[in-house]
Parts: sequence; structure tokens; C-alpha cells
Amino acid sequence: MEKERHVLVVFPHPDDEAFGVSGTIASYTKSGIPVTYACLTLGEMGRNMGNPPFATRETLPQIRKKELQDAADVLGITDLRMLGYRDKTVEFEDEAVLAAHMGSIIEEVKPSLIITFYPGYAVHPDHDATGAAVIKAVKDMPENERPKVHCVAFSNNCEEEIGQADIVNNVSDVADLKLAAIKAHVSQTQLMAAEMEEQLKNQDPAVMARIHNERFWTYKF
Amino acid sequence: MEPVIIDHVQKELDRFAQKKVYIHLETTNGAYASHFNESFFSSGAYIRNALLQYEHGKITGNGPFRVGLKMSFGWVYAEGITHFEVDDKGRLLLAGHDFSGKLAVSLQLSEQPF
Ligand SMILES: [Zn+2]
Repeated sequence: MEKERHVLVVFPHPDDEAFGVSGTIASYTKSGIPVTYACLTLGEMGRNMGNPPFATRETLPQIRKKELQDAADVLGITDLRMLGYRDKTVEFEDEAVLAAHMGSIIEEVKPSLIITFYPGYAVHPDHDATGAAVIKAVKDMPENERPKVHCVAFSNNCEEEIGQADIVNNVSDVADLKLAAIKAHVSQTQLMAAEMEEQLKNQDPAVMARIHNERFWTYKF
Repeated sequence: MEPVIIDHVQKELDRFAQKKVYIHLETTNGAYASHFNESFFSSGAYIRNALLQYEHGKITGNGPFRVGLKMSFGWVYAEGITHFEVDDKGRLLLAGHDFSGKLAVSLQLSEQPF
């Protein structure tokens, strides 16, 4: 992994950082590189409520806020920002205003690398809208001041259209932190995390590869 | 939340009748439904803090339950309700959780905005 000055992670939902990026985040913070995580919503509209349900539509935001903070602590993120948008509404915000908001954070944090979703290839409308706002904000910067942008893509058609990921980070060193970050989002991952741990114990090669390798597409402006 | 007790929910619906109430109404199959199954037609609807007044409300069915609110100029209704709660703010929270426990529908009433 390249040495960075400061990494800015921008995702719309608590737990977006956990599955595909937490190993990369932990690798950075472990080597002393500061990571800022800007999370747009509190995942207020999540469908996982625990089974039997321990969350309600109204308590879920507070529960997920705490889970997000716990995950950030696990990953060594010291600058966690919750931006106050509402889950499933990001795509309906004014695009210019949203991009300007992202731009103001970028200007303040001055990251050498931004990690976000690849617009159009990230399945959830909030993911696409968040990625698009970040890309627009960076595009609006003078070329020589732009940070690198590494995007997460996972739509069924992504490799067909944008090719293979050009960055693959092996995060097996910090796999324990990654699992802990996933587990921190209890309300969303309780069943999945247990299953994943079992598969890891059995050294299921497909699961090992998925957990140990994190893939990114460098955005080309 | 706890599984619907029909008499309890009916009492709560009566309590909010003929008052100005804020409504949260939502149906959802999740944003990933079509990603995991491309033949799945994803749909949903969501309204938060609609202010209205209903003449009477009713819960029916054998579970999952249906809840309808009759207004002087229309209707509000939700299907698939399995759980309820009256929270510490006195709001009536109704939700339907699918077979895997995921929220599929919710109808909530409050005298204050959510
Ligand atoms: Zn997400």
C-alpha cells in the first residue's frame, strides 16, 4: 500500500466501511496515517432490526450511531463525522449543494487519498449519489491539487463495464480488526458475522479471499 | 417491539382517532433486492410526518395484520403488520417483519413530529 498523508473515507451508511474497506482503513491507521471518516446518514431506514427485533424505526438511528462509533474505535479512526443526511434520501438532495458540502470537507481535511463508492456501480442509490458528489467535488478542484480517489464498486455489471480493480490490498494482517469492525455493527451483521467466523475457521478459500483482499478502482478524471 | 396484541393495538388506534396526528408510513423490500435477484421488481414507498386526522382506525386479520385509518377524505392503510410498541414518547409504532426478521412495512402515529 502506498504511503499516504491523510485518508478521507466518504460513505453514506454506517457499516459501508466495514465489509470492503475496514482492512484498508486499519492498515493505514496502524502505520500512523490519519483517517477521517465522513458518514452521511445513520442508516435510519435499515431493514435489519435484530431477530427477534430489538430495534424500532425510531431507535435504530441511535443504535447505529453507537455501532458506528464502536467500529471507528476498533479501526483507529479518530476523526469520525456524521453529516446528518437521511438514509435513502441522498439521491434526492440538490447535487450541487451536496458536492459543495463534500468539497468543503475535502478542503479542510486536505487528504492525499479519498475512498468512496464508484458512482453508477455501487448498487444502492445512496452509494451512487455519495460517490457522484465526491467525484464532482474533486473534479471541481484544480487538477494539480486533486487527491487520488479509490472507488468501491460491486454492481453485477461493474467488471464488464469498468474492468478489473486496479488496486487490491491484502489485509490479512488486520483481519481480526476487520471482523471486529463488522461485528461492531451488531444490529446489521449479527447473523452474517457468525456465519463468516465459522467459514473462516473452516478456511473456506472463497471467503478467505473475500475478507483478505479489498479491491478498489482508481477514478480517472 | 412485541408481537401484535390485537386489542391493545386497537385501543391505541382509538386513542389517536379524531386528533391531528403525524404519520410515518413505509414499505420496503430493501435497496439490494434487485442486486441479489435481477428478476425481482424492487418497489417501496415512504412518507414521514404527514399530518392528518382520521375518523376511526381498525386492525384486522389473523396475523400478519392489516391496519386501516378512515379519514373524511380518504384512507391510510398498511398490510403485513406483525409487531407493535408504544414507545416512551407515547407514539404507536407498528411494523411488519418478514420471515428473516427484516422490516418490510411500518406505520407509526404520533401527536408530535417524528
Ligand atoms: Zn450502504
